[in-house]
Amino acid sequence: MKNHVLRPLWIVLAVIILILTARHFMVPNNFGVHGEGFTYNFHRLSNVEEWRNFKVKYQGREYCRDCHDANVESSAGSKHGAIQCENCHGPAIDHPDDPETLDIDTGRELCLRCHAALPYPDNPRARIISIDGDLHNPDTDCIECHDPHNPDLEEG
Amino acid sequence: MSCSRRKLLKSAMTATLAASLPISAFRFLSPAECRAATGTEGTRWVFLIDTNKCVGCGFCVKACKKENEIPYDAPVTRTWVERYVVTEDRKTHIDSPMGGRDGFIDPKIRGEELVDPENIAKTFFVPKLCNQCDNPPCVQVCPVGATYQTGDGVTLVDREWCIGCGYCIMACPYGVRFFHPVHRVADKCTFCYHLISKGRQTACVDACPFGARRIGNLLDQDDPVTRIIMTERVAVLKDEYGTKPQAFYLGLDRNVR
Ligand code: HEC
Ligand code: HEC
Ligand code: HEC
Ligand code: HEC
Repeated sequence: MKNHVLRPLWIVLAVIILILTARHFMVPNNFGVHGEGFTYNFHRLSNVEEWRNFKVKYQGREYCRDCHDANVESSAGSKHGAIQCENCHGPAIDHPDDPETLDIDTGRELCLRCHAALPYPDNPRARIISIDGDLHNPDTDCIECHDPHNPDLEEG
Repeated sequence: MSCSRRKLLKSAMTATLAASLPISAFRFLSPAECRAATGTEGTRWVFLIDTNKCVGCGFCVKACKKENEIPYDAPVTRTWVERYVVTEDRKTHIDSPMGGRDGFIDPKIRGEELVDPENIAKTFFVPKLCNQCDNPPCVQVCPVGATYQTGDGVTLVDREWCIGCGYCIMACPYGVRFFHPVHRVADKCTFCYHLISKGRQTACVDACPFGARRIGNLLDQDDPVTRIIMTERVAVLKDEYGTKPQAFYLGLDRNVR
């Protein structure tokens, strides 16, 4: 065959080999079809493990019991018993090491999420006793008068 | 070369037989297929949302953002709560300020005063999250294999592999995918894969004080969530898209899209 035909052919071949070698080194070796088919299961297998090892931040109520026994107890039997501690105090992560103390949000907005009166009589929201944030002691934090862990109107 | 008639007929028959053998007879079975064939139990995560219980406190959105490191003040979120107010004139007013992260404190909807509370016909809160479809369109469109479905039915994104082209964000009919402002890749709800694979519940399920959100294993017949899905009237979002969504709703209204 003539040289001017062969020469581009060698170049094309070289490029193909280059791409294949690059692919070999750049694509992780656990990349492929893992599961039923190409359509939904074509991926890097180790990524599943990476997601499993994602850092956990919320610890749950039982975790607090060891050190904040009193709060857990008073909260458990109260009307706020269903509310997770970390909803109000933020994720515990490695508390008490990091962060040493958790947030104490004393704002009115925290309570108004559930207690702000909305004119929705058919809504599950109506089952929670509600107040109008603009009228109910507007300039004072709720916790000045109500115990967030055990709100009890009888005790006042 | 000679060929007798008998030999020709014989080889023709063998060839026909061989050609009619299905390719699948030579295929190796995947572990999942083996498990399905032998009837061993597996896992298929599904979600159950009871809109009759949601009060719109938004703690699920707060917990999700903090647990999954979604920038707290960026206008993106993996789960959100929508408020629907249907008035007597059959108009539907919908809003979701900051995805409902701080709850719904104001009766105004998008700054619009509803003139007369007497006019309100019905109201409800609808939490939304990824439906972890059985036929996820977002996975099909990924050009690089960066998003996929795990064996237990959760669709994940490979943050190292994603090139951020945004096809999947466009493909999702539910709008649950978004562009992660920090990692600069597509992001979506993982059903808190790091928690459920440790036997815990998702951050949003844990955070919900009213039991409006639940997660379960559809392949476990005794799972309470599975019992409800099997025995009660549940609905899914946008069934007509053929995505086979796996987030089931109790008390879903026709106004919810
Ligand atoms: C290993 C013990 C331990 C556990 C478990 C623990 N804490 Fe603490 N917590 C502490 C200590 C120690 C402090 C610091 C007390 C101080 O400085 O007054 C603290 C402080 C706090 C504070 C701030 C108190 C203040 O006065 O500023 C909050 C709120 C709190 N914890 C909530 C929680 C919650 C919610 C949980 C469960 C998710 C939890 N803690 C689990 C030991 C613990
Ligand atoms: C409804 C929101 C809410 C919930 C739920 C809640 N807290 Fe609190 N917590 C507060 C507020 C607000 C304060 C600040 C109280 C104050 O300053 O008087 C506080 C204070 C604290 C403190 C510090 C000092 C104190 O008053 O004892 C600790 C510790 C604490 N909470 C632990 C818990 C634990 C443990 C739980 C779960 C059982 C929990 N909290 C649930 C809102 C909440
Ligand atoms: C997650 C929603 C939620 C949040 C947030 C919340 N509450 Fe409540 N609260 C409830 C529920 C539910 C009840 C019980 C309602 C009932 O039984 O009528 C309740 C009851 C109460 C009561 C009435 C208790 C009684 O004896 O009837 C008071 C007062 C109260 N909460 C104050 C607060 C304060 C103060 C805060 C903020 C620190 C707060 N709540 C935050 C859900 C919430
Ligand atoms: C200055 C003290 C004070 C502050 C601040 C305060 N409350 Fe109250 N609250 C009371 C008293 C006293 C009652 C009982 C008397 C009544 O029924 O009005 C009450 C009653 C309630 C009730 C029951 C309403 C009913 O119809 O019986 C709820 C719910 C409530 N408060 C929530 C809150 C929330 C949420 C905040 C913060 C946004 C707050 N309160 C701030 C003193 C206070």
